[in-house]
Amino acid sequence: MKLLGFIVVSLAGALLLYGTQDFPAWGDPQSPASVHLSNDYIEKAVDQTQVPNLVTAVLADYRGFDTMFETAVIFCAGLACFLLLRDFSKKRERYYRHVSTGVILHVKNQEKKLTVGNEFEYMDKDWVPSDLIIKTICRILIPFIQIYALYVVAHGDFSPGGGFQGGVIFGASFILMAISYNLKTLVNRIKEKVFGIFAAVGVLIYVGIAALCMPMGGNFLDYSKLAPLIPGDPGHIRALGMLGVEIGVGIAVTAAMAIIYINIVSEGRHDEGL
Amino acid sequence: MLWIDLIVLTFVIFCAIAAITVKDLLATAILFGAYSFMMCLLWAVMGAVDVAFTEASVGAGVSTVFFVAAVFRTSRRTKD
Amino acid sequence: MTDLLPLIVAKYNYWLYVILMMIGLYAMIAKNNLIKKLVGMNIFQTAIILFYVSIGYKVDATLPIIQGAHGGQGAAIQAADYINPLPHVLMLTAIVVSVATFGVAMALAVRIYQRYQTLEEDELRMRLSE
Repeated sequence: MKLLGFIVVSLAGALLLYGTQDFPAWGDPQSPASVHLSNDYIEKAVDQTQVPNLVTAVLADYRGFDTMFETAVIFCAGLACFLLLRDFSKKRERYYRHVSTGVILHVKNQEKKLTVGNEFEYMDKDWVPSDLIIKTICRILIPFIQIYALYVVAHGDFSPGGGFQGGVIFGASFILMAISYNLKTLVNRIKEKVFGIFAAVGVLIYVGIAALCMPMGGNFLDYSKLAPLIPGDPGHIRALGMLGVEIGVGIAVTAAMAIIYINIVSEGRHDEGL
Repeated sequence: MLWIDLIVLTFVIFCAIAAITVKDLLATAILFGAYSFMMCLLWAVMGAVDVAFTEASVGAGVSTVFFVAAVFRTSRRTKD
Repeated sequence: MTDLLPLIVAKYNYWLYVILMMIGLYAMIAKNNLIKKLVGMNIFQTAIILFYVSIGYKVDATLPIIQGAHGGQGAAIQAADYINPLPHVLMLTAIVVSVATFGVAMALAVRIYQRYQTLEEDELRMRLSE
């Protein structure tokens, strides 16, 4: 298999190397990719949409249909992880730790539950002592990460960033919470139902804004027809429409990342993990 | 500019080869994160700031976390 | 000499992309561990993304964010001053979809491990033929 693979790879690589002969020189402004459609976007995007970041303008407006289904792909990935791994069967055994003495209780009867509070604390099967420094640093850090994520979403029109990046950073803040405390903390604080609803709501915001343009007399995703609904300068209506769409994308991506992480790390049992 | 590009590209290739030859999946996860970060640097040099930002948050951040989570739930052992 | 060097360097770039792509393909074909195969798939994807991004590059051009868009009236925008944004948009989509597929693939790997206690391809094949 190794030899066969090497032969196939060498042949394919040789063909591709032969093909590079005809490529335009690196960074050539007159290369075919840069002379047809893209010049139109570069020259007209600011007049038409009032958005300086051309990537966001093309992503959320000219190619908005594409991005809509991409958001749907993220949603489907979260759903697929949930359906593949989620395990609703009851946990057979539990571990508790007596806080003041450090005695560990192993409860095998699944009916029996101890109240978790000042006296007893919940414990993972492969338990590591919680580190005060890590916990404190992460508790300070998480709000700043979340504010940065909101900044990235809100400034997607003017600077690099947008719904996807902001959503991923926001989801990463939840993951950091699960890693620094334990998974139980995250799952207790934000229920999985909430994550599921948010993932669906994000896609719905996108589709809703896009579909709202149709009763207002435009095509699907034609943000300029939303002008009567929103007060302010009607010239900026496309930028505002893009902002709304990016918020929807951010919510969907946040929830999907959290769902995927929780399901993978706990094998779908949502009790213990990294 | 071009020389930065070529130096980083060489690093990228080293990282890629190391990621697929090392015999420990946790090491693969970290090397893959390094690979993604080098890629992100390369795209920032080429002026694709949006793509670089996405790769830094998605490829080097969340992908590595998913990878480590999966290795935690499966095994670190690999034969090749 | 000054003319020849950029020419060689330009092609060297493309050769490295092809090498990177082939590393990914080789890992997908020849590696025994399923997670190694996934890493190979991701390397292949990033090599293609790198190729697209480098196609959009222009010498002496700046980032595709228009300077002074609000208030800079009258200044005509020259397309040659800005890097081509179209490949960036397409590849942004590709990266985000790649993390989605990566997550689903990891979920599948965890599921396979739960059932067969292994991720090696030959051991899996042995278990399946039993």
